[in-house]
Order: sequence, then structure tokens, then C-alpha cells
Amino acid sequence: MNGKSELIAVDGNEAAARIAHKASEFIAIYPITPSSPMGELADEWSAAGKPNLWGVVPEVVEMQSEGGAAGALHGALQAGSLCTTFTASQGLLLMIPNMFKIAGELTSTVFHVAARTIATHALSIFGDHSDVMAARSTGWAMLASSSVQAAQDLALVAHASTLEARLPFLHFFDGFRTSHEVNVIEAVDDDVLRAMIDDHLVRAHRERALSPDHPVLRGSAQNPDVFFQAREAANPFYAITPQVVQWTMDRFAEATGRSYHLFDYTGNPEAERVVVLMGSGVGAVQETVETLTAAGEKVGILEVRLFRPFWSQAFAAALPRTVKAVAVLDRTKEPGAPGEPLYQDVVTALAEEAAAGRLPAMPTVIGGRYGLSSKEFDPPMAKAVFDELAKPEPKNHFTVGIYDDVSHTSLEVDWSFSTEADDVVRGVFFGLGADGTVSANKSSVKIIGEGTDLYAQGYFVYDSKKAGSMTVSHLRFGPRPIRSTYLVNRANFVACHQFHFLERMDVLEVAEPGATFLLNSPYGPDEVWEKLPVETQRQVIEKGLKFHVVDAQKVANEVGLGARINTVLQTCFFALAGVLEQREAIARIKRSIEKSYGKRGQAVLEMNYAAVDKALESLNEVKVPAEVTGDLHRLPPVPPEAPDFVQRVTAMMIAGKGDLLPVSALPVDGTFPTGTARWEKRSIAHEIPIWDPSICIDCAKCALVCPHAAILMNVYEPIAADHAPESFQHKEWRDRENPGLWMTIQVAPDDCTGCGVCVDVCPAKSKEEVKHKAIDMEPKLEHLEQERANFEFFLTIPPPDKRDVKVASIKGSQMLEPLFEFSGACAGCGETPYLKLLSQMFGDRILVANATGCSSIYGGNLPTTPWTKDRDGRGPAWSNSLFEDNAEFGLGMRLAVDHQAAYARELVEKLAPEVGRDLADAILSDEQTDEAAIHDQRERVAELKRRLEAVQADEARNLLAVADALVRKSVWIVGGDGWAYDIGFGGLDHVLATGRDVNALVLDTQVYSNTGGQASKATPRGAVAKFAAAGKPVGRKDLGMIAAAYGNVYVAQVALGADNAQTIKALAEAEAWRGPSLIIAYSTCIAHGIDMSTSMSHQADAVKSGFWPLYRYDPRDIVDGRHPLRLDSKAPTIPVKAFQTKEARFAMLARSRPEEHAELQKLAQADAEERWRLYQQLAGVERHAPGRLEEHDEHGRGSPAEEEEVEAWPT
Amino acid sequence: MADLRTRYLGLELANPVVPSASTLSSRIDTLKRLQDAGAAAVVMQSLFEEQIEHEEIEIDRMLEAGAHSFPEAITYVPELEDYNIGPDAYLRHLEQTKEELEIPVIGSLNGASKGGWVRHAKLIRDAGADALELNIYYVAADPNLTSAEVEQRYIDLVAAVRSSVEIPLAVKVGPFFSSMANMARRLVEAGADGLVLFNRFLQPDIDLETLGVDPTLHLSTSEELRLPLRWIAILRGRVDASLAATTGVHTWEDAMKLILAGADVTMMASALFKHGPEHVGTVVDGIRTWLDEHEYASVEQAKGSVSQAACPDPVAFERSNYMRALVNFTSPYDWRIASSEPKA
Repeated sequence: MNGKSELIAVDGNEAAARIAHKASEFIAIYPITPSSPMGELADEWSAAGKPNLWGVVPEVVEMQSEGGAAGALHGALQAGSLCTTFTASQGLLLMIPNMFKIAGELTSTVFHVAARTIATHALSIFGDHSDVMAARSTGWAMLASSSVQAAQDLALVAHASTLEARLPFLHFFDGFRTSHEVNVIEAVDDDVLRAMIDDHLVRAHRERALSPDHPVLRGSAQNPDVFFQAREAANPFYAITPQVVQWTMDRFAEATGRSYHLFDYTGNPEAERVVVLMGSGVGAVQETVETLTAAGEKVGILEVRLFRPFWSQAFAAALPRTVKAVAVLDRTKEPGAPGEPLYQDVVTALAEEAAAGRLPAMPTVIGGRYGLSSKEFDPPMAKAVFDELAKPEPKNHFTVGIYDDVSHTSLEVDWSFSTEADDVVRGVFFGLGADGTVSANKSSVKIIGEGTDLYAQGYFVYDSKKAGSMTVSHLRFGPRPIRSTYLVNRANFVACHQFHFLERMDVLEVAEPGATFLLNSPYGPDEVWEKLPVETQRQVIEKGLKFHVVDAQKVANEVGLGARINTVLQTCFFALAGVLEQREAIARIKRSIEKSYGKRGQAVLEMNYAAVDKALESLNEVKVPAEVTGDLHRLPPVPPEAPDFVQRVTAMMIAGKGDLLPVSALPVDGTFPTGTARWEKRSIAHEIPIWDPSICIDCAKCALVCPHAAILMNVYEPIAADHAPESFQHKEWRDRENPGLWMTIQVAPDDCTGCGVCVDVCPAKSKEEVKHKAIDMEPKLEHLEQERANFEFFLTIPPPDKRDVKVASIKGSQMLEPLFEFSGACAGCGETPYLKLLSQMFGDRILVANATGCSSIYGGNLPTTPWTKDRDGRGPAWSNSLFEDNAEFGLGMRLAVDHQAAYARELVEKLAPEVGRDLADAILSDEQTDEAAIHDQRERVAELKRRLEAVQADEARNLLAVADALVRKSVWIVGGDGWAYDIGFGGLDHVLATGRDVNALVLDTQVYSNTGGQASKATPRGAVAKFAAAGKPVGRKDLGMIAAAYGNVYVAQVALGADNAQTIKALAEAEAWRGPSLIIAYSTCIAHGIDMSTSMSHQADAVKSGFWPLYRYDPRDIVDGRHPLRLDSKAPTIPVKAFQTKEARFAMLARSRPEEHAELQKLAQADAEERWRLYQQLAGVERHAPGRLEEHDEHGRGSPAEEEEVEAWPT
Repeated sequence: MADLRTRYLGLELANPVVPSASTLSSRIDTLKRLQDAGAAAVVMQSLFEEQIEHEEIEIDRMLEAGAHSFPEAITYVPELEDYNIGPDAYLRHLEQTKEELEIPVIGSLNGASKGGWVRHAKLIRDAGADALELNIYYVAADPNLTSAEVEQRYIDLVAAVRSSVEIPLAVKVGPFFSSMANMARRLVEAGADGLVLFNRFLQPDIDLETLGVDPTLHLSTSEELRLPLRWIAILRGRVDASLAATTGVHTWEDAMKLILAGADVTMMASALFKHGPEHVGTVVDGIRTWLDEHEYASVEQAKGSVSQAACPDPVAFERSNYMRALVNFTSPYDWRIASSEPKA
């Protein structure tokens, strides 16, 4: 065995990637959660010049999709390279066509998969085996790793075996549970790697490659005469592969002392009940088996490692002869099948082996599902399965871990069962994303795991919000390797890093009696008790907790760390938990700080050192009173006036108790109500904007740019404010045409994230004191009560009638209700203002097809959605299909709506005698070119429906079903640049080419934002991004001009922060154009490395520098010799450099690689100049109507860009 | 031909014209042009300690922004191998400058904390600087801070650096001391080998459109020469240290006046920005021509010949200077107009 010195604390992704990078020459990558970190690490290592086993730096190439990655790999493999990739879920599915080919050609390669749920009724980024199971017919060998250690070890076994066996290998481990769990493993060193990968076999791989020096043909087309036989010709390779893998595992065991088998049995050698499974659930079952066998039970576990080719004989041989009942656990669901895949294999294998006489008797076999989408799977659940097996008639096709009150599949679980040992420190830490809790905990795992005799494990649970998101860290430290692959639910240490969590969260539920409770508190040991909710007090008393407080924020502020309280709390943890002796712990924390932050400079180091030194001075034990005092109570997750579904279902998820929801509580088809974000009052801002009407100039910019719809504007008759609270503010609306109206700018105090973008854009400054603007950030607590009342009242004032408002104007649009509100996007998000604006302008008639990405997550990630309805119950209808197909998805919506409209028109015509000729004619003839017309048409359709009720004909019923389609609908295809420029480009291009009336809105952040800032083809030259760690060497793709080339596509490039009016105009024109439209919207993102409160100013700079010219290309101008392309921004007034030096994505490269940066900056300037020159010329180009442009009539022509914004009220 | 050599901080320089600390020294080719044009030495651009610290903190902040918050994006920016923050890039440039140039190279350090001064001073010395210029500037905005405390801060800094490096040390300060002469003496006593008079720093400006306050640096003009001229003339012979004049040195006439007042070297930057590095040659030639035409044998001979101690009218450099100037200025014109708008 290797010594302790070679222990490393890594997560499953890193464990697998370090082998993959060493054993490969070409790595094709594409981001997809939870496998992205493997690609990122490979890219970073190659960027840093880290060589593979043969001394050459592997080539890492990002492709446009997983399909592209698989294709590139197929080619590279054909040409003789050693290749790998990393993927998951839908990504793996996109690789399947090539995987069939790669296996059919007996090509050696390994794909590492962080197994993830496939999207069905909903997307899930979490872990199960539905993706790998969908790939099981490809003919690949499939090897499952159940732990971080195995993820490394079996990665190597896969790379070594594939060369010998010639079968390609899919090596997988559970997404998140293994891919993101940090655990202590013994590292495989280079000598072992070198010895395991046989160069002789590498040469044989190369000899099979395509080469004009010894040409062959592969990829032939075969006919019925030979295809079948040829398919069978590969059989011997499948037959021998299991033995090759076992032989490789044996060699590995010799080299490292770690022994693996195709099927690994542990437990009582005379077990009667055996559970079969693969993946991370093994850890929980193993602990259960140990506990039960110690108690004398005859149980065991059979872990499947090589799932394909499934060697039945080895499987049967691995089972104890005494086995009577087998439960097969599948982490996937195959609806309609006689059983899940592993279950079916096991039944088949046992039946065959029993028939062949290699088993004493056919045992009872039951199958069950567990852990879908990373649902917890822990020892109580494993015990429930063993208990079920002991029953005379055990339930088959069961589920475990949920309560199924619909099909009654679920097993009863005894939650009191525990396998946790007393000598393991089990800590749960509640933190905020921004406070550094997770990174400090990762460092604690490293401190213990890599430097002491103890073992450590860290697993991190994040919430689905990007702003103000809570993180829960689950840490274990103990004297033995830790295989507990489930959350800590009996913590002997609980830390709450944010005091306000106590208001809503039950943080002490996980605390076991006598545990230590560390609270970051602004209140000292003598005052804190009174400030705790009584529920928390009761738990502290009843559980006999040792209660400590530290004012970490104060310490962090003193040393300059600001919100980053992690170092303070990490030090307190070590001081209290007793994992290490205090002085040693502090020395190790400091070493770890040096390691983590060393290259970020002395100032950063010193702040953190100071935080360590000061932490303990501020740590105090609280003398716990014997009685509960005060009347502070934990708040309910949603207010009592929330709708029923929100009360019953959404509230449970918000409270973090979604696991307790029974099957019957959930929709059967993934359909959820909209308008739910308003019930989730997260109140995450420390400061909120406060309006001063006395200096406000009515510009509405604050409302326009608010990424969270937390600043609202209304213009109303004074009478509407008759019963306003005293603190409710208003001012006279400045409008010559409509004197006497009032306006109010109102903050939603509990929905604001405190991003400050509104204050940044506010142009109205006090004459006496310029720092005071018409809107200022002020401490929330000073205003909360008052603003809550004001906001509540504000909501009672109806918005103006849309017919009276000039929708396509800044002020007009902002008087209308946002139908996209309070999203969980990052504070200061650059994308959401566009969606909010879109929802204000046309929200009552839009269908939204949303590509997977940030916008689908803040748009549709449960528990709540920001998409909502207006007072008439209308609002955006939203759906997300996939990442790669969004344009097609939206086109489908358009086709369906159009078809229904056509059918409805036909029926109206047919039923005209019954419903009235005048009404029918009015319905059929209205072009619905403005809000008033649309309103009238709605009224006509309502009348039509009323009249149809009286008509007996069946066709009347049919018309009722489609009558709403007679009112104009607008289809918006929304997604990020990863979708539009890369994975979905082919589809987008095709959809634009159809000429149909769809509007694509590209929220262009110039990186894959949702998965953590990987480069896309929209990433600008010279920017540092993931997968472009050395700076992107080539310029961004000009998507707009590609679309404009069609001639009949409306194209606009916009940046809200640079020109509000141009953005609004573009949205209006695109919507009005009855052909395809494409709007490319500059969206600032935290991946740009900017202060997000200045989000809009950055957009303005991007435009000023010529980096992002604003333009509109309007096909309606392809007549009369007009020029369809209008440049809406001025010629560059500042160098690109002036814009780029303010953003860390560019500035970092200047620091890390000054020469490259200088070169790329020069080219970036040339790019901008060239683009400007080109656009200027194009703006002077006449175009002539190709085909039948007249079909897309002249509706909605916009006013010229230079035209002044006209008065917004009224038209 | 007059001998242009001068001694500054114990270094023998070919002439008294030295480019002062500015971005002109950020490129080796510009530095070579300066040398070729006749610059006798060069003061490197300042290493700004506060800037380094600020960058470190900002890069750290950017790397951590949004990190470890969301399951799909553990971080948003790739962790690079090296950020080259800290003084490394400055020091490498200094080393390279020292290798490529033949003239003395003077490092420049602009700092805030005591620890930082000493650490960075040593690093600059180790990078090969022939001398070090400490650039001290402190806006004492705190009404509770006395002038004595502020002065002591300067003295402590100089003493701390002096005790940590042995290379010649110049101290560049601003003119805003109640007792400049006393301050100069104390700085020298604390270990300064030379004084560089005076500092020019960013001054705030107000943008009338945005009402924003924008600290900007405007290039100097010859008009600004008078302040260093006065103090060099006063200090010449009164402190045992080299004197460098900076601010407002644009022409050979400016330089010559300062030499006559007692400057060992004259430093320029604004004029070089305006006219290019080759302007050094024009200034050197001008000095030489003047000395020749006025039959001076050397710079040393002219140096300080019109200092306060050496001039026939020493009070002219002190308060009465104002009266005199006023009289001279107003005499040709209507005195009432002039006196209603007194200009110093």
C-alpha cells in the first residue's frame, strides 16, 4: 500500500480527469453539468503545458455540441489518436449516433460520464443512471465507479482495458454525489499509469488507423446480404472483454494494492438476502450491510462494476451460494418496461445460470428504483430494502426514498436506523454562496485529508437561485476512509453562517443531542438568545446543544474581507470541533490559505491571516437559559394568502422539505402554474433603493433596467391613491397632454437583490448634494416595514390600459406590469431586463420557447417561476425543451398556432351565418396591428365564444377549442449565445430560413454563463474564459450579419444599457415583422469579471468602443431603394482597450500573459474597426426583395433611429 | 566647451538633465531614445504599492464573485497559472532596463504602509537600481491629525527605508509643509541623500456635465517652475543633500535657472511627453550653449550661483519677493487695475 503522503483530497471529476488527461492525446470537450469541471480541468492543464504520459501536451478542443465532440473524436480515433471526452445526460444522448459507429468499428477510447438525469417531465442537473442506460445498446463497455477513489482507479482500468479489448469504454460515476464529492483518495502516480498503459497496444491502435500510406475503407454501406453477419463478427471481442477488464483490474491491484472485480461482493459469506446495485448508492448499502451483519443478519451487497458486457457467469459466481432473495436497485426509470435495466439483466442472468446448473436454485428477485435525480439514498432506505427481502412476498418494482401514494410502490423506511460511528465528526454548515462557506469547507477537507492521519469527506448542496443562494455543506472527518454517500442528517456540529437563515430555516433539525452549534451573530453571547426564534431556542434547550456565537462579519470587515466570512468561521470550526489540536489547526489553515490564495498576492494573504488571528478573540460560548423566552417565531415559507398549490406544494419546496411531498402532490406531466415567484419572499438585499420624488425626472430608467422587476412604476389618477399609507410617495407626472396624473416608483423590498443597477443609471441628482439621486440605496431594515406597506398598496393600483400607452417607448413600457418578476438570477443580471421588458410589451400574447441555460434556470427552476400573469389572467406561456433544439421548438409553436388560427378562420367563415356575418367579417378582416386592434379582436373573440355556446353544431365545439388562436400570438425563441452561436445554430439558421413569424432573442453574455463561463463562438478575442484559459485567440462570430444575409430576416443588435430606446424599438419592430426576427442583446454577466452594479455602464462602454455596434436591419426597407441596415450607434469614440481594461475577463490576460494580451488587444481593436467599416458600407447598400417579401406586409415599421422618443402618454 | 558633469546622490552624471518618474520609462525603446538623446540618468516609473494591493484584492474578488454558489457553475472565471500581480513585472522591467542602459537607473517607489515601503525598497535594490527615489504623498484630510504627526510619518518612513537599503536614497515630497526648510533638514537627517522638489499629483476636477469628480493629471507648464526654483535656492547650502528640481522644467532656460538656483539635476516629464524623448538633447545643448556663451567652465561653477545664499538680494526668495514682483508687474500699467487683481 502507498503511504499516507500520497493521499489527495479531490472530487470525482478531478479524480477521473487526471487519469484521462494523462492517457490522452486529443480531448474534445463541451460543457454540461455535472461533467463540465472535467473538461475545464483538462483545458487548464493543457493551457498550463501539463504533458500526457508520452510527454506531449494533449490537445483540448471545445466543440459546438456534444454531437460535434463525438464526431471529432470519431475522426481522431480513425486517424489513430488516443482520445477522450467528458459528458453527461443529454450530452451523452447527442453522442449516441457516433458511439454506435465507434463501437461498431471496434475503436479504443474512453468517455467519462458524470451520470445525470435525462430531462423528461422536467430538466434535472442531478445524478442518476438514465443517461448511461439510454446508451447501453451502443455496444460500449460500461464501467461504473461508486466512489471518488474508484472514479480515479477505474478511469485507469478503462483506459488500459480499451486498448486491449478494442471495445470503447463508457466509464461513469454518479453526477454530484461522486463527481462533486470531495474525498480523500490515494493518488495513482505516473509510474503506475505508465505501467498500466501498454505502448504495444497503443501502437496496435495506431496501426489500425486510416492512412494514405496503407489505405483502407471504413464506414461502408452494407446490404441485406452481409450486414447481419458482419454485425455478428465482433462477438468474440465482447466475449473476451470482461476477462480483459478483470485481468487489468488484477494488474492494477498488484501495482496499487487496491483490488476491484467485475462484481464485488461484500457481507455475510452465507448471506440469504443480497442487494445488487452500482454507483454511489453502494456506499450507503455497504454501511448498512456492515451494521446488519454485525448484528448477525445474513445480508450482503453485490456491487456491479462492469455493467456491459454483462458477464452472467461471473455475476452468479460472485453471489453467495446461500442466497435466497435478491433485490436489484436501479437508479433510473424505464416506464413501461417489465423492469429497470439492471433488474432485467440480473433476472436474465440468474435464470440462465440457474438453468445451466451453475446456481443451486433460482432466488427470488425483486427490482426497485431509488435515488432519481440525486434523491437521497441512505442506510435507512437500504435497510428498508433488506427488510422487504425478508418478507415472504416482497414487493416487486418498488420505489424507496419517496412516498408513493398513487401507485403505492414505495417501501416503508425506519428513519431511526443509523450506521454513523461516534468517532466521526459530522458537520453541517449553512452559508450563503457569496460568503465563501463552500470554499472554506473544501479547504478544511483538504487540510485534514492531505495533511493528517484522518480521513475527510465534503459534499455541498446548493439551491436553485443564483442570487443570494444558500449553500449547505456536509462534512465528515474520521479515522477511517469515509464511504457515507449520503447527506449528514445527524450532525454533531452545526454552523449557521448567516443569522437571518434562522428566520425561515430549520437549521437545527439535523443537530443530534449534545451537538455543537456555531452561529455567526451580530449579537454577543449575552444578547443573542432574545434574538432567536422560539423554535430555535427550544431546539437548543431540548437537544442540549453547546451554543457558540462569533461576529464573523465584524472580524471580516475589520480585516478587509467584506462579505467573505469563511476564514473566520473555518477557524472557529476547528477551534470547537476538536478535529485537530488548536495550534496545529491554525498553522494548517494558514498553510492552506497560502496555497489557495498565494498567487493572488500578499494583500489577500494578509487579510486572511488576520481573519484567522482575530477569529478566536470573537468566539464566545452562550450560556443557554433553561427556558424559551420572547415571541419571535420562524416565518412561514409563503404568506397565508398564497394560492392552494403554492401553499401545499411550493411552500414545502421553499422550506427545503420537498423530499416529504408525496407522489400525489406533483403534477403528472410537469405542468406548473406561473406567477409563483411573488410568493417566495427571500428578502436577500442588505440595501434597497429608496425613491425621492422631489428630484425624480420621470425617466423610468430605474424600472427599465431592474433585473429583478423589483422597481415598478405606475402612472395613475390621483383618486387611486386615496387610501394609500401615509408613507406612500408620489409625484406629479410631467405630461402636457395629460395634466393632473400622478406617478410612483415603488421598490418591492423583499424581492430586491440590492444589486444597485437602478442607482447607477439614475440621471437625476440633487442640486444641493450630487451624491443624492432620485433613487438611492439605503439600509433595508430602516425601510422594510414602511416599504412593505407601500408595495402592498402599490399593487392595488391598476396599471394603465395598454391601449392608452405607447408601448414601444421607455416610459410607456415601464407603466405596464412586468410579467416576469423576482427571478433568482444573479444580482445585476444583464439578461433579465430584456425578458422583463419583453413581458411588459407583449407578455399577454407570447409563447416562449426557452433554450436550456441561465434563462431556463432562473425562468423555470422550481420551486418558483418569475413568469407570471396580468390582472386578466393572461401572460407568457413558457416551456423549455432542450439546449440544442430551441429554435425548432419555437418554430413548432408557431406552426401550431398558425395552423389553429387558419382552422379557426375557416370555421368562423363556415359558422358566419350562426354567429353573425358582421362579427365574422370583423374577426377575419382585422390585421391586429396595434394594441387597440388586438384588444378589439379579443373582445370579438369573447363575443364569438358567447355566441358559439348557443350553436349546436359540432364545429362550434371545435371552433371554441381554437378560437383564442384568432387573437394574434407572438412566438419568442429565447436563449443564450451557447445555444444561438453553437449548439443550436444549425436549427436557428434553419428556422430563420423558413421565413415564418418567429422572434429569436439571443441573450448574449459571450460565454456559457449557466455552466460557469465556458467560451462560445460569441466570446470576444482576448477574453479569458473557461476552455479559453489562455485568452480566446479568434474573434466573435457575426451572427447578426449571417442572419441578415437572408434578406428577409429582421435583425437587430442591441444593448439596453447603451441605448434604451433602440432596444425597445427593436423589440417592437421584430414583433411587428411578420417574418423571422433575430435580436442579439448584449447581456452583462458575472463571468465578465465586472462590478455588476455598473452592468449598464459597461454596456454603454462596449458600444462607445465599437466593440458592440447597435444596428437594426429591417426587411421592410427592401423596397423603394431604401437601405435596410441602420447603424444606431455612433462611430467609436473610445478605444476597445478603454472598455476592455475595465473587465477582468480581459484584464486578467494582461496580467497573466502580457505579450499575448498586447497582441490580442491590437487584433481586437482591428476587429472592431473592421466591423464598423463593414457595417458602415452595408448601411449604404440597397437590397432588393428576394421572393415574396410582400407577404410580410408593412406592419410595425419603426421610426428612424434618430427620431426623438415621443411622449409616452398617450398615443 | 563647458563641462556639463554633475553629481547627484553620489552618482556622477554626464549632465544635469534627467527624465523624472513617468510612464515614459515603461518601454525599453523609449528609455534607449532618452539615453541616446543625452539623458544623464533615468528615474523609473513609480511602483505604486496601493495599486498593487488594490489589484490583488480586485482579482481575488473577481475570481470569487458568484463562485461556490450554484451547482452548475462552481466558478465563473478560470484560475490562471499566474496573475503577475505584485511587483514582479515592475522588477523584471527594472532588471531589463538596467541591463540595456548604460546611464544610472533610479528606482521609484510610491507607497502607503511602512511594511510595504521596506519590502519593496529592498526588491528594487535587488533588481539593480543604482538609487531609489521615495515618492511620498499623503493628503492629510483628517482634522484630528496634526501637522507634527504627518511630518513624523514622513520621517519614520524615510528612516525605515534608510535602515533597510544602502543604495542612495532620494525623497520626493510636495511643497505643502508649514516649514519646508525644517522638513527638508529633518528628511536629510532621517537618511535622505537627496531631495526631489516637488511632487505633482493628480488633482480633482469636476465634470460640469456629469457632476462627477475626476482626478486628472495635466501636463505641467514652465510657469510651475517658480515653486521649486524658490526652494532650491533657499535650501542650497542649507541642507547636506543633493537637490533635484522637478515640475515645470520644459526648456533649457528652465533648467539653467534651476541650476543657477542650486539644483544638482533638473528633471522633466511633461515636456518629453509633448516633444518626444529627443527633447532631452535640445535642453542639454541649450545648457551647454548658455554656459559657453556666458563663459562658464562647468555646471559645477554655475550651480547655486544665484541661490539665496549667493545672490545679492537674498530676501527676494522670501516674503518680500511678493512685494517686489507686484511692483515690477504693475509699474508699466495702471496700478489700480493690477492691485485689484493681485497675482502671485
